[in-house]
Amino acid sequence: MADALPVGERPQLAPPIDETGPLGWARKHLFSSWLNGLVTVALIVAIGWILSWFLEWAVFTANFTASTGSECRGGGACWALIREKYRLIFFGTYPYEQQWRPLFAVVAMLAMLITSADRRMWNWRLLVIWGLGSFITFLLMFGQIYIPLSLFLFVALVVGLIGMALRKGIADAVEMNAYRALAAIGAIGLVLRILGVLPAWSLAIAPLPYVETSLWGGIPVTIILATYGLVFAFPYGILLALGRRSNLPLIKGLCVGFIELIRGVPLISLLIMASVMLPLFLPSGVTIDKFLRAQVAVILFAGAYIAEIIRGGLQSLPKGQFEAADAMGLNYVQKTLLIILPQALRVVIPPLINTFIGFFKDTSLVLIIGIFDFLNSANQALVDPNWAGFPGEIYLFAAFIYFCFCFSMSRYSKYLEVELNKGTRR
Amino acid sequence: MAASVAHDLSNAPSVITLTGVNKWFGQFHVLSDINLDVKEGEKIVICGPSGSGKSTLIRCINRLEEHQAGDIVVDGVTLTNDVKNIEAIRREVGMVFQSFNLFPHLTILENLTLAPIWVKKMPKREAEEVAMNLLKRVRIPEQALKYPGQLSGGQQQRVAIARALCMRPKIMLFDEPTSALDPEMVKEVLDVMIELAREGMTMLCVTHEMGFARAVADRVIFMDRGEIVEQNEPESFFANPRNERTKLFLGQILHH
Repeated sequence: MADALPVGERPQLAPPIDETGPLGWARKHLFSSWLNGLVTVALIVAIGWILSWFLEWAVFTANFTASTGSECRGGGACWALIREKYRLIFFGTYPYEQQWRPLFAVVAMLAMLITSADRRMWNWRLLVIWGLGSFITFLLMFGQIYIPLSLFLFVALVVGLIGMALRKGIADAVEMNAYRALAAIGAIGLVLRILGVLPAWSLAIAPLPYVETSLWGGIPVTIILATYGLVFAFPYGILLALGRRSNLPLIKGLCVGFIELIRGVPLISLLIMASVMLPLFLPSGVTIDKFLRAQVAVILFAGAYIAEIIRGGLQSLPKGQFEAADAMGLNYVQKTLLIILPQALRVVIPPLINTFIGFFKDTSLVLIIGIFDFLNSANQALVDPNWAGFPGEIYLFAAFIYFCFCFSMSRYSKYLEVELNKGTRR
Repeated sequence: MAASVAHDLSNAPSVITLTGVNKWFGQFHVLSDINLDVKEGEKIVICGPSGSGKSTLIRCINRLEEHQAGDIVVDGVTLTNDVKNIEAIRREVGMVFQSFNLFPHLTILENLTLAPIWVKKMPKREAEEVAMNLLKRVRIPEQALKYPGQLSGGQQQRVAIARALCMRPKIMLFDEPTSALDPEMVKEVLDVMIELAREGMTMLCVTHEMGFARAVADRVIFMDRGEIVEQNEPESFFANPRNERTKLFLGQILHH
């Protein structure tokens, strides 16, 4: 035969031009059949028409410079409204001259979140980042922080106890004695404080004028509620999930009851209960800050949902993992922290981030108890009779800001999934 | 196959003693009056049809399953619900599973050093040295920094054996270690197990690999429906089975 060349000596041909490259892709995916081709063309026309209409309204005939509502009417989008009201939208009712403070607080929180995202920081450094970042954030927002003596004593007690528990058998006698001393000071001090022997002293850090939480509003409120809500709800959810799988009936019953109760009611009702009913149960004169109550409600609510997601992850692990850990002599805490949780959490990253994104937006519900987060502050910009009639612009802008946050979380989730599953086939 | 290694067990102490052990799964009687005495350095192969309770038997020894009646004494410690006893026993007993059960989120080296570091409180460097020596012993030191998912089945099982050996156990339990492997990988795992046997480890092995039994076992035990039907040293066991059920079972599995 004329073309019977030995294997390996046949010339390398390039593939036909309409099989590869952008033309090939288009042919395969968009025009593979007559019907597909027609649909493609129809969709291109439809998208093009919508896009052109939108761009016409949003960009080409938009008004960026008007100074009153009536100037802005007629024609395209009125982005001048945003330019006029951006301080209200972003910072709510925070005192006007002090609005640099929530701005820097937001910067601090974003810096905290972004540095925490780096896996190299996932050790003791995380505590430092969050401790420092939170301190700066709340110092800026409040202006004045008073750290009570009891908190110092409590921290001493906790550090001492944890040190004694975790470093037993590893640390030398000097270190163990240091932990024992800390725990003793903490415990005795707290008892004396409760008995009233030690006076109520606070460390005062007061560089700036005080701004109470009822004046906070806008983007810092949303970020604080979502961030601290989820940061505390996450370990709390893990404990609930582990408790629900426990063999001890009391713990299991408590966890099941709690999860079902919280999941059974809307977040709004929890917020209202926290805001309206809780003060009825407290002794007269004792008030708990409304913002704190909303924060706790968010934590409890998110915790129950996170618990169920993590329980799903725990259930998906093959029994052999637990057995191998047991057979090696690991106790419950070691087995859970080293083997079970790392695997369970890796598996449920998609639904977890899904929940986080959902809760970030659910924080808007705090309007029901009179706290103005970002969406509600944006809403306030519509109230001005001078600038009536531009809801589209406001909500589009708010949606855009939410999208920036939520999409970043979504991308980070993809990054985490790839990073943490490097060793397995996915 | 070579004759089993002759060693004198008459003066060896008992490391595992089962007396009148019974277990039920609900109403189902899965272990029926088991009496077994294992001497130090003894290698026992347990065989039988599926559902005979052989895996359950060895899983009772390290408390992965709980027995409802009878006594189990391992290395002088009686197995009860007392967590301290259970942890003491698990430190001396290593187990290798049919499905390897390596931890997929850790490297091979981390898999091996986990228990020595956290249970025996060994310093990390020392644990890594021990781990690398054991990886060399099972002939895969170059895989130390890979993840279990990147290894073949035979390699994973050898890592599992090394992982169990890192705790320097007195007794090794094997629950059908080669049943989940492709045939060409069975030999590499059995070679490791034979070497381990020749070095004097006390081994209880549930397996269908009769060649392995002939090579290293001191005793072969046949279980059926929860009871020990027959036990004998390998030559006599395979050549002259006494019980009808044993003969039936051997007929089924020795046809090739």
